[in-house]
Amino acid sequence: MTAEPAEQVLAGGGPGRRPRRARRGAAEDVAGLGFLGAGAFVAPALALIGLFLVFPALWTIYLGMTDYRLTGLQAVDPTFVGLDNYERILGDPSFWRSLRLTLVFVLLSGIVGQSLLGFAIAWALRRLSGWLKGIVETLVLAAWVIPASVSSFLWIALLDRRGGTLNALLGTEGTAWLIEHPMPSIIIFNIWVGTAFSMLLFSSALAAVPPSQLESARMAGAGGWAQLRDVVIPNIRGHILTNTLLITLWTFNTFTPYLVTAGGPNGASEILAVYIYNTAIPGGQLGVGAAISLIMLLINLVIALGYLRVGRARAARPAEATAVETAGGGETA
Amino acid sequence: MTTSGTPEAATRADRPAPLPARVARAPRARHFVSRVLTVLGLALLLVFFGLPLAWLATAPFTSAPTLAVGWPDWTLDNFARIGENRYAVGSFVNSAIIGFGTCAVVLVLGAFASYALSRVRIPGRDGLLYALLLLSSIVTGTAAMVPTFQLITLLGLIDTHLAVVLVISGGTLPTVIFILKDFMDSIPRSYEESARLYGAKPWQILRDVVVPIARPGLAFVAVWTLVQVWGNFLVPYLLIRRTQQQPAAVLMYTFYTEAGQADLRLLSAFALIFSVPIIVMYFLVNRRYGFRFHGGIKS
Amino acid sequence: MHARSRRLAAGIASLTALGLVAACGSGGDDGGGGGDGDAVTLTITANAISGGKNAAEADWIRDWVIPRFEAAQAEAGRDVTVEFLEEGVDDEDYKTKIVLDLQAGEGADIIGIDGIWVGEFAEAGYIAPLSEVAGDAVDAWDGWEQMPEAVQSAMSFEGERYGVPQGADGRVLYYNKELFAQAGLPEDWQPTSWDEILETARTLSSLDGVIPLQINAGTAMGEATTMQGVLPLLVGTGTEVWSDGAWNGDTQGLRDVLELYATIYGEGLGDPVLQQEAAGRDNSFAQFAAGEIGILLEGDYFWRSVINPDENVGTAPMANRDEVVGYALIPAQTPGSGVQGRDFVSMGGGTGRVLNPGSDNPELAWELLAFMNSAEAYTERVAGTVSITPRDDVNAEVLASDPMLTFVSENVLPINSYRPGLAAYPQVSVALQEATAAVVDGTPPADAAAAFEQALIGIVGEENVATGDG
Repeated sequence: MTAEPAEQVLAGGGPGRRPRRARRGAAEDVAGLGFLGAGAFVAPALALIGLFLVFPALWTIYLGMTDYRLTGLQAVDPTFVGLDNYERILGDPSFWRSLRLTLVFVLLSGIVGQSLLGFAIAWALRRLSGWLKGIVETLVLAAWVIPASVSSFLWIALLDRRGGTLNALLGTEGTAWLIEHPMPSIIIFNIWVGTAFSMLLFSSALAAVPPSQLESARMAGAGGWAQLRDVVIPNIRGHILTNTLLITLWTFNTFTPYLVTAGGPNGASEILAVYIYNTAIPGGQLGVGAAISLIMLLINLVIALGYLRVGRARAARPAEATAVETAGGGETA
Repeated sequence: MTTSGTPEAATRADRPAPLPARVARAPRARHFVSRVLTVLGLALLLVFFGLPLAWLATAPFTSAPTLAVGWPDWTLDNFARIGENRYAVGSFVNSAIIGFGTCAVVLVLGAFASYALSRVRIPGRDGLLYALLLLSSIVTGTAAMVPTFQLITLLGLIDTHLAVVLVISGGTLPTVIFILKDFMDSIPRSYEESARLYGAKPWQILRDVVVPIARPGLAFVAVWTLVQVWGNFLVPYLLIRRTQQQPAAVLMYTFYTEAGQADLRLLSAFALIFSVPIIVMYFLVNRRYGFRFHGGIKS
Repeated sequence: MHARSRRLAAGIASLTALGLVAACGSGGDDGGGGGDGDAVTLTITANAISGGKNAAEADWIRDWVIPRFEAAQAEAGRDVTVEFLEEGVDDEDYKTKIVLDLQAGEGADIIGIDGIWVGEFAEAGYIAPLSEVAGDAVDAWDGWEQMPEAVQSAMSFEGERYGVPQGADGRVLYYNKELFAQAGLPEDWQPTSWDEILETARTLSSLDGVIPLQINAGTAMGEATTMQGVLPLLVGTGTEVWSDGAWNGDTQGLRDVLELYATIYGEGLGDPVLQQEAAGRDNSFAQFAAGEIGILLEGDYFWRSVINPDENVGTAPMANRDEVVGYALIPAQTPGSGVQGRDFVSMGGGTGRVLNPGSDNPELAWELLAFMNSAEAYTERVAGTVSITPRDDVNAEVLASDPMLTFVSENVLPINSYRPGLAAYPQVSVALQEATAAVVDGTPPADAAAAFEQALIGIVGEENVATGDG
């Protein structure tokens, strides 16, 4: 428990201008919760998470070390096989192909596609108002909130080989997009679905960038690109990190592309979440499926740690940020 | 978007800013070009996001919809078919119960937990949060389905909406707490201080001071959770037995023939009704509270 | 504003609490069977739902079977209620759900399953032989006499009857007589070898915009590739995928089958993209109905539920089906080369219903199941759309109006082969689909066959694979 001086607390008001101590996640127990109170506040959520998340997750990890199947002899009497499943998976070229596809998928549809497009939209719309902004936001958000079962069907209809709207528009009669370009199809589909989150996040992040700093940069003759690099990015670093982390995790685990291509044709778009499903349910090998889930979790862990390291490294190198703050401060003075 | 390629290198913020002289000749032409590019980009954007949605807007009102977007003949027959389906109307009610139930559980528990985590330094807090966030990816996957089903059977909750609410809440809570904690971190402590001076209890402070300020965050989380629940097929499908208790996401998958051919008339109208509440919900919430994100990760 | 949010919070809290209480209340009494007095509840589940998948079956169960059965029981002085849990989703999801139920000792008393699941369910102990579940009444049932041995075997495992089949089916070659006429081919067609099929297809390829011959391939079609592709061809070479207690890998038969695929798709007689589409099978239906496919290997289901011109029955109706669509037996590779020296071959699948071994009222459940399989019930069941029932007595009556289904019932069912009902089968099936996909993609058939054997060893272990051939 750290009781900080009140002045410091007050200063911690505006995001972006917060003193470094608050930035590091220091907690000020201003409500007087204490450990017990905090425990009582956290307990219900933890109980629910413990029962319905941690417990099944640990059970799944255990299943990953058995030859458990849904039916057949191994369903009655699964045997403990230790790390055999892992050995098999790691020796299976189709796993490596799936992993490669997943990395491409996450990189192009999540990190590049959703984040950049979301940021670009937020940037383009930041000073716009009126109907154009309204329409753009509505469409982007509609794509995000309509249920996956509907959106996947919309894309199947759009890309259909015979009656699809895209072929009619482009005059590419008979092009089977989902067969001939399965990965680009699900990548673009996923960008379409998920961009709204990044757009929302960056919109509010941009709104929080102190106008005074932007103003002074403009006064100094900085073009849009320079403003972005020198003022905006340093200010919203935390948002970028949050966005990238969540987007990466979500894209890694999304199962929705299954509804569009079912991993096909012949596994050409079988990202890991789909690979797990195909192994565990139609393939019946739940033990192996569980093992792949754990591998996926470990990959997620590595990625998350990587991001946090990057974030920490940047936070520990205050040179740029200080420079900007000086620029901003100079203007106010 | 604006392009680079001007002598703005000289304006790097780490140099002292040379002032007024330059500001005067802000290049008009370049400004115009960037304007045009922005509009062009937005137009492309509209096509990209609007095109797939066009089918959802036209097919339900077409008497014999195909996969192609066509000008509708504005019939409402397809909606009448929904009324004829034995389970369709009830499924929306079930979706609403499960959706709002999950939102309620997640918001209440998430608000308490994220507030406490934000204000009190509990050892290993961040590690715990990240670990849970990662674990949630396993449980939302298919491999955890057997343990989850057996757990719910053990608890005697099979065939209840509550089972679905609890399982999905458990899966989404880590993310919710993660997002909400960001909001909580950004709320000025001064209000709470003064509330405390007047003798308010912690839960009163949370309710009367923090929640009203964190409303945009709560609103965002509510919509996010609703989106997660609304489209979820596997969890309710496996945990609920009686057909009349199944939500719309499950029912939508039954509008197919034996060979997997979709009944486009029923499907298009159903999909529209299925999507509209959540879109409306989003805009209502947005208009009322607005969405904001705070802080971001503090490492 | 504070007041409102306070009320909201209080409301949410009490709602949550209420939900918990309600759930505990309903969870406590454990649903299911027994209750006060003699009142008994039976449940039926099937992958059928009114207004959706297999709607006819669902409507029949709810509107005919249940009221009749309840009334008959009431007459006998028993208070019986029958509940019907309708599903109507993807088969894999349905299977997962009933497996989870059976595993937990729960689930409906009567469960509709695919015949191919019988073996794996039995091995897992999820289902048991009918006579073990419901006693002597099962073997004494007079319905068995009406069901041919081969039809019964679709729901049997290791010589025991685990369920009652609810239909019978067979595979044939459909062809479009109009296209045949345009290409100068005779309208009466019955090939006697694969070469003859290829010859005909090559003649058809002179027509513009027509796919001469479509035989399902690839993984996107799933089991349709295996049942309407690899397996009927494989039995035509005299090879079965499983025989004498072992799986057959890289056999000459398989290589010949894959060679045939290579010829069909290599020469452009079939459309290699169509079979990879997620909705490829539907599209093949639609294209056949539109007169764009010359020859198609399909089950009798195609005739009665896809191109059926009756209103609201066929999904790709052909108004002139009876005049335009011809059908022929699937020939063996060469006359006499099929399994058991057959000239013509077919595969049989089929679904059925089993009793839940965990049922609280197994005898009564059997009574209901027997009633569902009575001649009276089947006559009612097929009143709307004629289909082949497992009962000879009903078939003799109802199929008379449909020459095609009579043809299947009389000429195809006797030459049916069946899939091995073993737990490993679904994976083996996928491996077969992958082999066809590879060949269509250009892999030499011999390599694909060798790869299949490797996959087979990975699935069932080396000791269960018979290699080489005679």
